[in-house]
Amino acid sequence: MLARVQTWWTVLSISLSERLVYRGDFAVGTLMRFLPFVTQIFLWAAIFESNGNQPIAGYTYPDFMAYFLLTQVARAFSSMPGLASNVALDIRDGTIKKYLIQPIDMVGFLLLKRVAHKLVYYIVAIAPFALVFYLARGFFGGWPEPAVLAAFFASLVMSFLLGFFLEATIGMVGFWFLEVSSLLFVYMLFSFFFSGHMFPIDMLPGFLGHFVQALPLKFLAYFPAAVFLGKVTGQELVIGLIVQAAWVVFFGVACRASFHYGVKRYSAYGG
Amino acid sequence: MAVPRARTDEIARYLRVAATFARNSLVRDMTFRANFLIDAATSIVWMLMNLAFYVLIFSFTTSLGVGTGWGKYQFFVFLATGMFINSLVQAFFMPNANEFGEHIRTGRLDFALVKPIDTQFLVSLSRIEWSSLSNFAVAAVLLGYSLVQIGHRPSVVECVLYPFYVLCGVAVLYSLMMPLAACAVWLGRNESLYDYWFYVINFSRYPMEIYRGTYGTPLRLFFTYMIPVLIVVNVPARLLAKPLDPDNWWLAICAFVATLASLAVSRWIFQRALASYRSASS
Repeated sequence: MLARVQTWWTVLSISLSERLVYRGDFAVGTLMRFLPFVTQIFLWAAIFESNGNQPIAGYTYPDFMAYFLLTQVARAFSSMPGLASNVALDIRDGTIKKYLIQPIDMVGFLLLKRVAHKLVYYIVAIAPFALVFYLARGFFGGWPEPAVLAAFFASLVMSFLLGFFLEATIGMVGFWFLEVSSLLFVYMLFSFFFSGHMFPIDMLPGFLGHFVQALPLKFLAYFPAAVFLGKVTGQELVIGLIVQAAWVVFFGVACRASFHYGVKRYSAYGG
Repeated sequence: MAVPRARTDEIARYLRVAATFARNSLVRDMTFRANFLIDAATSIVWMLMNLAFYVLIFSFTTSLGVGTGWGKYQFFVFLATGMFINSLVQAFFMPNANEFGEHIRTGRLDFALVKPIDTQFLVSLSRIEWSSLSNFAVAAVLLGYSLVQIGHRPSVVECVLYPFYVLCGVAVLYSLMMPLAACAVWLGRNESLYDYWFYVINFSRYPMEIYRGTYGTPLRLFFTYMIPVLIVVNVPARLLAKPLDPDNWWLAICAFVATLASLAVSRWIFQRALASYRSASS
């Protein structure tokens, strides 16, 4: 057990220092990431101006802006750039062998790498995030209650795990299909529009709205933001958190299982 | 004035090379035909989803801002114009800008430098992604449908100027992209600089009228005259969507000058970058 913890620690600290090399990049990149938010401010100001400042799907203009900023926070937890495609690539070109012959668990290793990546990201990104939130403080109606805040953080942590296991599972599909880029594209498309980082998914009408609410994608961006803004409360909030946890477990198991069965049919191509 | 013989030969040579690139890319695309079709289809789906998003927005409002003249179908003309421009950039320049950074990082740029042809030409055009042009179909249908809805029949002048300004828009986006990719020479890696391109051109996605007020006006001026991303889609789109707007002529002149200026600046940066290039490996 101790040895295992030590391995994990080593992996974590190596990944940490690896990541810190590009800290300048990270900080500037984070600020740039808010540039689209500037266009959102003006776009939605124009929209609300022409509809006479009527709330849209229960969101006022400041709500909308606060929502977009909060989904940025959620995405900072849940987005896993390159995870699925890298797993699939490792399978295709045979690099995955290194995990099979070393006494290390691939999923655990990748998870730790991501944790390190995210930790460094938060350490560096907290300054630009704080700056932007400070500048945009007018959009927020003050801090939510401690219980809501706790739920918000819980859903953020789960959104990280969900994002990781979901993408890793998609990558593992590479054991069965050598090329997963089309599948990835479909996933990206869906997550782009239906995770809620383009718009609050309560805006969607009728059946489509119900369908999207039932997908796990909303936990990657929409749900944490909606919790913070008090759009999801009481029993609904508790159920939401439980459903999110269930999705994490589901994809955790799916990821493990696909790795387990995938390795069995794997036939190491390449050198 | 007659164009010197050597000059026309030179142009013909470049056109031949460009045609070869186009053919090679098409052959390559056709080798993986299923993949090509999937790429084309996914790119269309992406466009349609985007369109659906704006349909959704316009179910909550009738226009973008009061008195801006950007109603639903005017904005869809804008959207279609953006699709034309972006699909051209995606087809011709994006794969190359992507690879250019890699070439610098790995030292493979050496092979481009030794070829007896302009390096920027070679680097910018060697790979064409034909599947991206599938968006043209979506854009054309959307443009036609929206113009019918507005009830505007384009004049001959508009029919000539519209494609011209679409190409100007492509040129401006290209001029922003290539220098950012070329910065890899100084940085050793280009990932985030090239990412910035997407963040900057994000400003081209909406009508310029939405940028107003204390903060909006300086932004609009900056992105019109300093980094001219706002003119990219706005100028051609206004020609068809808001043909009577008095600002159009002034903007059209600005767009033309801005296109020439940005091409010149990008050329200059590209050559500065090449001058600083030190082959990464042997």
